[in-house]
Amino acid sequence: MSEFIEFFSFGDANIRYVTIGSVLLASSSAVVGCFTLLRKRALVGDAVAHAVLPGVCLAFILSGTKNPFILLLGAFVTGWLSLILIDYITSRSRIKEDTAIGLVLSVFFGIGILLLTSIQHSGNAAQSGLDKFLFGKAASLVGEDLVVFSAVAILLLITTILFYKELKLLCFDETFAKSIGFPVRSLELLLTTLTVFAVVVGIQAVGVVLMAAMLITPAAAARFWTERLGVMLLLAAIIGAFSGITGAFVSYTAPAMPTGPWIVLIVSMIAILSFAFAPKRGWVARMLRRRHNKTQILEENLLKLLYQLGEQHEDYFSNRTLDTILSRRNIPKREALAGLAKLKRQGYIKRHAEGWALTQEGETRGKRVVRLHRLWELYLTQYLQLASDHVHEDAETIEHIITPELEQKLMEELNYPALDPHQTKIP
Amino acid sequence: MNAFWIILTGSLVATCCSLLGCYLILRRMAMVGDAISHAVLPGIVIAFLFTGSRDSIPMIIGAGLLGVLTTFLIEFFHRYARVQADASIGITFTWLFAIGIILISVFAGQVDLDQDCVLYGEIAYVPLDLWLTDSGLSFGPRTIWTLGFVTLLIIGFILVGYKELFLTAFDPGYAAVIGISTTLWYYLLMTAVSLTTVASFESVGAILVVAFLVGPPATAYLLTDNFKTMLVLSVAIGVVAAIVGYYLAYWLDGSIAGAIATITGLQFGLAFLFSPLHGLLFKNKKAIPV
Repeated sequence: MSEFIEFFSFGDANIRYVTIGSVLLASSSAVVGCFTLLRKRALVGDAVAHAVLPGVCLAFILSGTKNPFILLLGAFVTGWLSLILIDYITSRSRIKEDTAIGLVLSVFFGIGILLLTSIQHSGNAAQSGLDKFLFGKAASLVGEDLVVFSAVAILLLITTILFYKELKLLCFDETFAKSIGFPVRSLELLLTTLTVFAVVVGIQAVGVVLMAAMLITPAAAARFWTERLGVMLLLAAIIGAFSGITGAFVSYTAPAMPTGPWIVLIVSMIAILSFAFAPKRGWVARMLRRRHNKTQILEENLLKLLYQLGEQHEDYFSNRTLDTILSRRNIPKREALAGLAKLKRQGYIKRHAEGWALTQEGETRGKRVVRLHRLWELYLTQYLQLASDHVHEDAETIEHIITPELEQKLMEELNYPALDPHQTKIP
Repeated sequence: MNAFWIILTGSLVATCCSLLGCYLILRRMAMVGDAISHAVLPGIVIAFLFTGSRDSIPMIIGAGLLGVLTTFLIEFFHRYARVQADASIGITFTWLFAIGIILISVFAGQVDLDQDCVLYGEIAYVPLDLWLTDSGLSFGPRTIWTLGFVTLLIIGFILVGYKELFLTAFDPGYAAVIGISTTLWYYLLMTAVSLTTVASFESVGAILVVAFLVGPPATAYLLTDNFKTMLVLSVAIGVVAAIVGYYLAYWLDGSIAGAIATITGLQFGLAFLFSPLHGLLFKNKKAIPV
């Protein structure tokens, strides 16, 4: 606990720097990641992450220094080249995008490893620490490095904000963007450049392999909570920043712990929880919704059956046995019984010794379902010119969905009809 | 002799990976292969903690199961949580890889593994780890035996399930109609990929596995339109890459795995430009109307 307070009071300048660094790196790549995710190119970030290694090595071989600017430049060049190559291979041959990504990723990385090991074996003393690019060390990001990378991160955030509208259009409606005269090609190039920058900077925090997570995971998590791009960007940035801080905290309390994997672990847990529990889009929410729909359909079908039996015998409130109810429609008995029990609890039907009978409320609801069904059948035959024997299936589905407003509209459109296409009365 | 063992190791890995890679790239699942090759790491670490050795059969099976779990997770996120396919791959493998590295750090004293080794392996050490009997008889490097076993398994798998694998890759709809379970063969294929990854990770590392899974099949895909030819060709290309790569690494005094990956890239580049069927140079000529 004392460590917690010590860390979050940010009294130590070192803690302050590391935290600022991790937050900036994580949130800037998260923001850029949102756009690559929405353009369905999430894994491209993985390729770039691997492709920066040969650039770093080449920059070192050519310049002989570990000046972060020069290394960054090298990383940027090969990272950028890898993206161009992926596009070129996909467009100029029958190789698919996933293969192109995998190929560019492994080959660039292979070249990088070859160069790196070759440098290491050359006995050049200045090379030590080059492999930092491979695995990332957010916690040891200090001094000149921190300034450079933070500056790039801030630049990324600012550029994204400046070009927000253009990038949004590029992600959601490229054709429209083209038609109203947006420079789509240049915008794509801008996004590519932003991605490469984000990767080059983010690798410092988590390393080559895990970099993909910094781009994809916060964005994917944020996507589950909102339908608005602005909110999504903000959420992704917050998720990224949060995991950045937590990662820095972990490596503060346990220095032997690798920071990057912890950042990724935390951000992944957030994402997985979002997939499961986000309202509306989450897995649980969708399961519940599906379950609710299923029971609603079952209940309405049972009420409909009872009502139709009533129509047949011109007596809506008599008892019907289970077999009679199910004679018109095949519902598994177990399910039907559960549905009937539930309807009884809600007061739509009454249980008698020899079966079930509709109550007044049940009759009203059953009647409505039947009416909607027949109205829809009539609508389809009149407005879509469908044959009357083709409309039943469709009406079976829609009868559970039509709202009272739509019902009113249908009535108006059809001129308050009395008979459906099968010449049955619309109740 | 060392050179021979190293090249043999590389060739065995190349054979397994290229064969399986042909199916992966045709199913547009190259990146799933990439994901599995990284995501088996926690399985390897856990199995290592339990068995205490690197290449025992229980470990290969244990870690192989994790590969299948990876595939399952990717499918699960995609299908049930509706995460878009590429994101689901990226999230799954980075998450599992992160867990693996954290496990390595937690059990640093007990696990003789590190990140470099996982990424680009140490094929150069293969000849050093010999399989010796108590009486001192040497059967050659241990890795060769493990890899040889896996290679035979993979070749057997492809021979036995050729029709099923072929159909589920090219026409899943038809396969389903004639009663082949696409799910079963999908998971069998992924099990094979995981086995290969686990068996070869230590000697060649994740990155060379990916290079072999994607590179030779992609090159072969540009050179032929016949699937059987593609399988054979990709194995040949992989083996050539292993041989040439070894000497490149020797010449540059660098990582052998890195050099082999570089060569697979070079081979692809050549096919991309000069393939008589689909090469860039010839395609342009064909495009001119006569």
